[in-house]
Amino acid sequence: MTPHRPDKNSPDSNRHDKPYTATQNACKMCTPLGAALAFQGIERCVPLLHGSQGCSTYMRRYLISHFKEPVDIASSNFTEETAVFGGGANLKLAVENVARQYSPDMIGIATTCLSETIGDDVPMILSELRNNFKGPALVHVSTPSYTGTHMDGFHQAVAAVVDRFNPAHKKAPYKPKKKKCINLFPGMLSNSDIRHLKEIFAAFGIPVSILPDYSDRLEGPSWQEYQAIQEGGTPISAIKKMDMGTHSLELGSVLALSAEKGFSSAGALLAQRFQVPCTRLPIPMGVKASDRFFEALSEITGKPVPKRYQKQKWRLVDAYVDGNKYVSRKRAVIYGEEDFVVSMAGFLAEIGIIPVLCASGGRSGYFKQALAEHLPETVLPHVIIQDDMDFARMEKTARALSPDLVVGNSKGYAMARRLSVPLVRVGFPIHDRIGGARILHIGYKGAQQLYDTIVNTLLRTRQTASEVGYSYM
Amino acid sequence: MSSISVLKAREKQIFTKGEEAPFEMSCDTKSLAGAVSQRACVFCGSRVVLYPIADALHLIHGPIGCASYTWDIRGALSSGPQLHRMSFSTDLSETDIIYGGEQKLQQALLELIDQYTPKAAFIYCTCIVGIIGDDVDAVCRQVEEETGIPVIPVHSEGFKGTKKDGYRAACDALFNLIRRNPAPAPLPRSINILGEFNIGGETWIIKKYYEAMGINVVSVITGDGRVDEVMQAGNAALNVVQCSGSVTHLAQKMEEEYGIPFIRVSYFGIEDTSDALYRVAEFFKDSPRIMEKTRDLVKNEVNKVIPYLETVKKDLEGKKAALYVGGAFKAFSLIKALKTIGMEVILAGSQTGTREDYEILKEMCNQGTVILDDANPLELAKYVMEKDADLFIGGVKERPIAYKLGIGFCDHNHERKIPLVGFEGMENFAREVHETVTSPVWDLVPRRAAKKSSPPAGKEKAYDTP
Ligand code: SF4
Ligand code: SF4
Repeated sequence: MTPHRPDKNSPDSNRHDKPYTATQNACKMCTPLGAALAFQGIERCVPLLHGSQGCSTYMRRYLISHFKEPVDIASSNFTEETAVFGGGANLKLAVENVARQYSPDMIGIATTCLSETIGDDVPMILSELRNNFKGPALVHVSTPSYTGTHMDGFHQAVAAVVDRFNPAHKKAPYKPKKKKCINLFPGMLSNSDIRHLKEIFAAFGIPVSILPDYSDRLEGPSWQEYQAIQEGGTPISAIKKMDMGTHSLELGSVLALSAEKGFSSAGALLAQRFQVPCTRLPIPMGVKASDRFFEALSEITGKPVPKRYQKQKWRLVDAYVDGNKYVSRKRAVIYGEEDFVVSMAGFLAEIGIIPVLCASGGRSGYFKQALAEHLPETVLPHVIIQDDMDFARMEKTARALSPDLVVGNSKGYAMARRLSVPLVRVGFPIHDRIGGARILHIGYKGAQQLYDTIVNTLLRTRQTASEVGYSYM
Repeated sequence: MSSISVLKAREKQIFTKGEEAPFEMSCDTKSLAGAVSQRACVFCGSRVVLYPIADALHLIHGPIGCASYTWDIRGALSSGPQLHRMSFSTDLSETDIIYGGEQKLQQALLELIDQYTPKAAFIYCTCIVGIIGDDVDAVCRQVEEETGIPVIPVHSEGFKGTKKDGYRAACDALFNLIRRNPAPAPLPRSINILGEFNIGGETWIIKKYYEAMGINVVSVITGDGRVDEVMQAGNAALNVVQCSGSVTHLAQKMEEEYGIPFIRVSYFGIEDTSDALYRVAEFFKDSPRIMEKTRDLVKNEVNKVIPYLETVKKDLEGKKAALYVGGAFKAFSLIKALKTIGMEVILAGSQTGTREDYEILKEMCNQGTVILDDANPLELAKYVMEKDADLFIGGVKERPIAYKLGIGFCDHNHERKIPLVGFEGMENFAREVHETVTSPVWDLVPRRAAKKSSPPAGKEKAYDTP
């Protein structure tokens, strides 16, 4: 529990209610950050931001503070002349220097606002470069930040990589599909989530290509020798085989809606070009969503759900029962990436917590719809949904709702502190604790850990507030 | 050990003391394209300097990233308002990029000023603003007229130079405020403290010393900064400048305009702190009591910390440290401070050193010390491994390099939360260094464990490319 410290600059001292123009304490990051993170999940890939130095340095330190790992992101380092005359020369030099220093297999190039605004024709620059350049694969994704958030950059980068290695004209080599192999696009999950997914597929006995997979690279062992590029990531050879996958699986409710409305997600691309069937599911948080996930896997693979997951599920439900009184009808504020919030809200609703405010800095336009589809009819009328949101406005709305807890990344700490309610840290980024990348959110096992954390947080709050200080709750 | 190559174009920014080559450190240049520089941008420089002014509105004009990544990341404390810890952005969207962001800026400013009643507003122009050509100065003038508070543009477009140019833009913004004091009247025995950002409360430590010496501190420009105080700065008799890279430009302007002389000091380490205080006392030698008080103060404070330093020195004697800091001036102090606790510096680098800085560094360092300008992770790793450092002093971006290689780490940037200046700061510094260097975890780290059985590798040659 955090004490309430009145702060005269806190947003609740608003004297007016009218909407405002500026963003105050953003609940989002910019597009290239998502792209850079996705690129980190590809084996021997170095991200390169085409733009000024500052953007890449800031994103590096942002990612470093969450993962506590080295995160190298190169920059083409614009100067004043570059900004005026175009970034072609800088980009070429940057690519050559990255190739020389890192000898990567791929350079993931994301444009920043600057190179987008001056209108650099990156595909053309790269095709010029490729003519006399024997080096790593160059993959470009266009990520002007003024059109989206880091989540958009993330999904676009994944799609760009799949597109690059599986072009429409690619002729599938004649090879009868021997074995089932699944393409999994998990979205922006934690390292532990990705590891858990790998374990689940192994238990099903089905080969899987997870893109991206930064779970090793951004949580590796100490080094015996310097590693210019850390080990791990989806091998490019595996990405090249995605056209031969027997099925694609994409996680994220908002992503699903955007794909339905025409976004060429990685799964959509493979379906369209190579007829790889694609199933889209919400991020599996909680029992119901995990059920759907495991059922889908069982259906796709034709195998039953391995026993251990059945067991995990029933143990989880048993725990739900044990703690039901402590959480039932409690009120939570949730924020973060849209897909994440949708699934988290579903999980909270199923344990009896009312997600009174679901907020995101994202602005896909599908947030409301996704929540409406995901939440039970009995809960939905009690939920306020706000997208394109910042923490100042969020706090104002939250205060009026007198929540019992706040669930989200560590950027909501100041808000939670002023609201005098505990914060349960989940998602990205976690800058004020160690182990943020190790938080498990998905599957029955993730739900179990989240459930214990939430119940214990509420118990601690009660215990601390009690005058007697019971040691037996 | 596998060799790490250095890019040919960067060789001139690396020097090893004792080498035959003439010392011609190349510096003050833009980072090489494709190098993963540890540097940030012009905006970063401006934001660092102006950040601690707690009762001003800091509005970042541009798309969201620049604001998002700098929200509440510094350890600069305020004894009152906390407005500096908010992150305000015009969060430009595509239509603003096409039609210009002036209107949005103006509206945002008016609303924020109305909502938070700041004493002044700083508007940071980021990359895009420079490109779409918003007339930010005009908007500022108009809003200033309408609201009656100083509304100051900070031209800090990221691509227009280096972090140092950002310092300069911030100094111009500060001078803009100082100039608004119509008739500055010099106060006796008075100083401004410049380049002190109150990280973890450092300003309060320094101020306490000066007060004990009988000196009036008119303004600490940016440490626990307030707009009104900055506007009084023209009344001081002397400017005492720390972190010279960031604020020398301001001190020079004040010298030109108001005839206020300045001295460069540092408050890191016993030696430099004492030296700083003595030099200020010396400046006011017409008031003899000041020197007397200063001597007492220094003696007292030194006596308080020495016993602790002696105890840690036993464990740290002969250990090797690598430094990579923002400004080179800080490196000088750190080298002395490390010597106080028995440590030797084997690598010293900075993001923004000047030629003179590197000359001094070279003089201070032992044979074989590597001096680096604007390094990247690969180079830093290369040299800490070759020189077998026990400690790395740097910032967030250097920390994981050190840790991955099994090397102790000490934060020495604006994000730390512990004060490291002055005499008590020296104790904190020694404690932090001692805690990390003597941690038992290093014995378990593979590189360290392996080294116990094999001799350290030799030096690699720079890698030559066409
Ligand atoms: S380089 Fe430009 S866009 Fe990037 S952080 Fe700096 S000011 Fe912002
Ligand atoms: S300029 Fe764009 S890409 Fe760079 S930090 Fe700002 S918002 Fe992000």
